Amino acid sequence: MGLNSLTLREAQEGLKAKKFTSQELVKDCLDRIEETDGKIRAFLAKNPLALKEATENPQGIPVAIKDNFNTSGLETTASSNILKGYLPPYDATVVRKVKENNGIILGKTNMDAFAHGSSTETSDFGPTKNPWDLQRLPGGSSGGSAAAVAADQAIFAIGSETAGSIRGPAAWCGIVGLKPTYGRVSRYGLIAMASSTDSPGPLTKTVGDARTVYHWIKGQDPHDATTVDQGEGTVKEIRDLKIGLPKEYFRPEGQKEVNETVWQAAKVFERLGARLVEISLFDPQYAISVYTIVQRSEVSSNLGRFTGIRFGHGRETFNAENKRRIMLGTYALSAGYYDAYYKKAQQVRTVIIDDFKKTFEKVDLILAPTMPSVAPRLGVTQGQSMYGELADILTEPSSVAGLPAISLPCGFVAGLPVGLQLIGPLWQEEMILKAAEEFERNTAWHKEKPKL
Amino acid sequence: MSQGLTKAEVQHVAQLANLPLKEEEVVDFSQKLSETIDYVKRLNEVKTTAVAPTYQTGGTQNRFREDEITPSLPPTEALKNAERQYNNFFVAPDVWD
Repeated sequence: MGLNSLTLREAQEGLKAKKFTSQELVKDCLDRIEETDGKIRAFLAKNPLALKEATENPQGIPVAIKDNFNTSGLETTASSNILKGYLPPYDATVVRKVKENNGIILGKTNMDAFAHGSSTETSDFGPTKNPWDLQRLPGGSSGGSAAAVAADQAIFAIGSETAGSIRGPAAWCGIVGLKPTYGRVSRYGLIAMASSTDSPGPLTKTVGDARTVYHWIKGQDPHDATTVDQGEGTVKEIRDLKIGLPKEYFRPEGQKEVNETVWQAAKVFERLGARLVEISLFDPQYAISVYTIVQRSEVSSNLGRFTGIRFGHGRETFNAENKRRIMLGTYALSAGYYDAYYKKAQQVRTVIIDDFKKTFEKVDLILAPTMPSVAPRLGVTQGQSMYGELADILTEPSSVAGLPAISLPCGFVAGLPVGLQLIGPLWQEEMILKAAEEFERNTAWHKEKPKL
Repeated sequence: MSQGLTKAEVQHVAQLANLPLKEEEVVDFSQKLSETIDYVKRLNEVKTTAVAPTYQTGGTQNRFREDEITPSLPPTEALKNAERQYNNFFVAPDVWD
């Protein structure tokens, strides 16, 4: 196997020990992309200077960046025709930080156009395929980033989550995806979707890698007034942890084998000394409506800037899903409907937040399946008015509450990866990462690779 | 609250959103938007009397800074992707009828 199959930690150690060079590392990734991306379609614009940058930076590590992050001089489209040909004049803060930490951009990865989806099927440039089964979807909207990591095309990737867009693809592609607390990581230069929940985060092969990248990208940014320099909370040992399993998240209409796989995985934490507690959470189905209204309202406002005046093409270039979301949002914010929809949704949002707050007085972390099923087949999203929002039922509550969460591989059903998620209180990423790392140390799911 | 959106309502929203819609889109959106609105009406099952709305979970407020000039994009860079520019300005369509 080539150097492209290394983890971030292995790549860093190998480069330091001079076992191989950064050019060899980048070249193996580029070869792997050449060899497999015809089938997977994870990448959009590729960085023609990647090998040259590796020559100039002996510590360079190849990374894939989701196409909604502005990358200076490298085409950025958010997988939408409206930005075809757009060359950003600046780097997003997250991109700048990744570069400062020796990240070498291999290219931009495919996503649902403007992140309006949970499958990567609504990309204007064609869907990305799941490396575990090319007839299936990788999840979304960070599907390209997840597929690139799962297929060992990149050592790690950057994605973003508004509700499920890091965790979902991580689960369906069998990798680690961390969604930090809203406000931990700067959104400057991230093409906005829902400004009150958008959270950039890493997609990686191991929990340790996710922690490394998380520490690179977090931190207050003068360019993003919603960022906070908050410390990490006290981290408990596994044997002192109380982990809540919410019965409402093991849904009867979900895939039975997925629920069972996650239950079995939860037992690992128990064997390691944690206490598992069955809890009851506010029914997540309400979060679907909250999220649909809040997100689509904020989308309608944020996408108002795409007029073709300062950049991009005309508004008729939006795809049907983009237009539908803008329309719903505009309606929900319009005179006569604002109170009934947007304000009501934000009130139920408070109810959800309070429910989590009360729950975290009783347990330290919440454990549940990330997605109710394994990766679906291509074509499943056609003709649906709310496919994405319905599929993300298990991630929407924590997203609207701004909470941090991680998805990690915990098993397989019929050869397709299953992810479990750990949700923590605000600002408790380190507690989540520590528990996740213990699980990973005692299992081998993260070592499985798709056969391509 | 109307059961579904009429064509006229869809056209009104499209105008508010500055979205040029084709005839087939108006018909499709009437149906899809109505479906979505019917779904989200479930929120009426949740009691929210005296519950304050949450607009932002991070708790930050009023981030101010001194009114000082700091490095920013030079005009040439900022105008780079504009289709039309004039004397260091973006050119916008005429808003007068």
